[in-house]
Amino acid sequence: MRFDSLLQSVGHTPLIGLPRLSPSSDVRLWAKLEDRNPTGSVKDRAALNMILQAEAQGLLRPGCTLLEPTSGNTGISLAMVAKQRGYNLICVMPENTSVERTQLLTMWGATIITSPAAGGSNEAVRVAKGLAAQNPDWVMLYQYGNEANAQAHYDSTGPELLSDLPEITHFVAGLGTTGTLMGVGRYFRDHKPEVQIVAAEPRYGEVVYGLRNIDEGFIPELYDASLLTSRFSVGPLDALKRTRQLLEIEGIFAGISTGAILHAALGIAKKADEAGQVANIAFIVCDGGWKYLSTGAYEGTLAEAETKIEGQLWA
Amino acid sequence: MAIEVRVPTILRVYTGGEKSVNAEGDTLQAVITNLEVNYPGIGGRLLDDSGLRRFVNVYLNDEDVRFLDGLNTSVGDQDAITILPAVAGG
Repeated sequence: MRFDSLLQSVGHTPLIGLPRLSPSSDVRLWAKLEDRNPTGSVKDRAALNMILQAEAQGLLRPGCTLLEPTSGNTGISLAMVAKQRGYNLICVMPENTSVERTQLLTMWGATIITSPAAGGSNEAVRVAKGLAAQNPDWVMLYQYGNEANAQAHYDSTGPELLSDLPEITHFVAGLGTTGTLMGVGRYFRDHKPEVQIVAAEPRYGEVVYGLRNIDEGFIPELYDASLLTSRFSVGPLDALKRTRQLLEIEGIFAGISTGAILHAALGIAKKADEAGQVANIAFIVCDGGWKYLSTGAYEGTLAEAETKIEGQLWA
Repeated sequence: MAIEVRVPTILRVYTGGEKSVNAEGDTLQAVITNLEVNYPGIGGRLLDDSGLRRFVNVYLNDEDVRFLDGLNTSVGDQDAITILPAVAGG
């Protein structure tokens, strides 16, 4: 496949059957390899579209500064796009993210401001909103509330899935900004409404939920629960176990959040198989495992790996 | 009939610091009512007049009860309920 520039190559990712993890020939799992994007994650789609839309709206001038709260992947994608388009980027990132994320952000020219581990991304959002108020000339694209994030998936991920797998019955993705699920969910509601949309939400260690008050919780502005069929919380042990299975059984080296998504997908596959239904379950491989090597996720026993990622924002 | 309820750090002031407590009831509503009897104050942190509070997520065996039957979701022996505050990802 040939493209005129790197940015034009975003998306168009392969959909790979998983013959060994699928329970039967009637219930099949399909992995959409989003790690095959320019910076190696699904976030390239949202980052590119948010910047293009902001340009179209006249919000960005050459040399202007973007600000974004991010646990990593969105920041890395924005940094790559910003560099191509001539903008500066400041990321507010929780301190409990992997060292590779910091290295990659720096490599692509972003400046990093860390936010405290306690409270996880909630805290990064709070810090970024404060900085945005103090620096009115900075542009915060704000992935959690920017319709261009979900729209990227309505315009690209959804159509790619339906084109490659017209018989799709289920779509499973991670719930972070909710952009992937909202965009793909809305696309299927408009084009194949019987497709079930399933969210897999990472369940982190306790420090991440270390809010002072339960009313300080956070729900992305993009979130519309009516687009989801079900929503599962997946803990680190299940996520790690599935991440390793995906590698050992199907040869796909993915990050830990993908393990959480696969866990939910396998649960659905098992139910469909037991009910004698035909199912084609597509799920998102958010990124490759490279950025998580330093976490210890792929070494030693599962219990050892779980201890090592305790307190980390692993998805 | 005992149902395990996992309590987030922020609500452990009501459970004497316990991470996990047992409760009884055949629906989520009944379980919360039972929790309130043994751990006064916790019910008001979970519910308001409209039902589950906006930033409170409750999972029955890892599935979000808002996509089951909400407070009317049936629960049984061996089931585990997890309460978590809503947090950001991405």
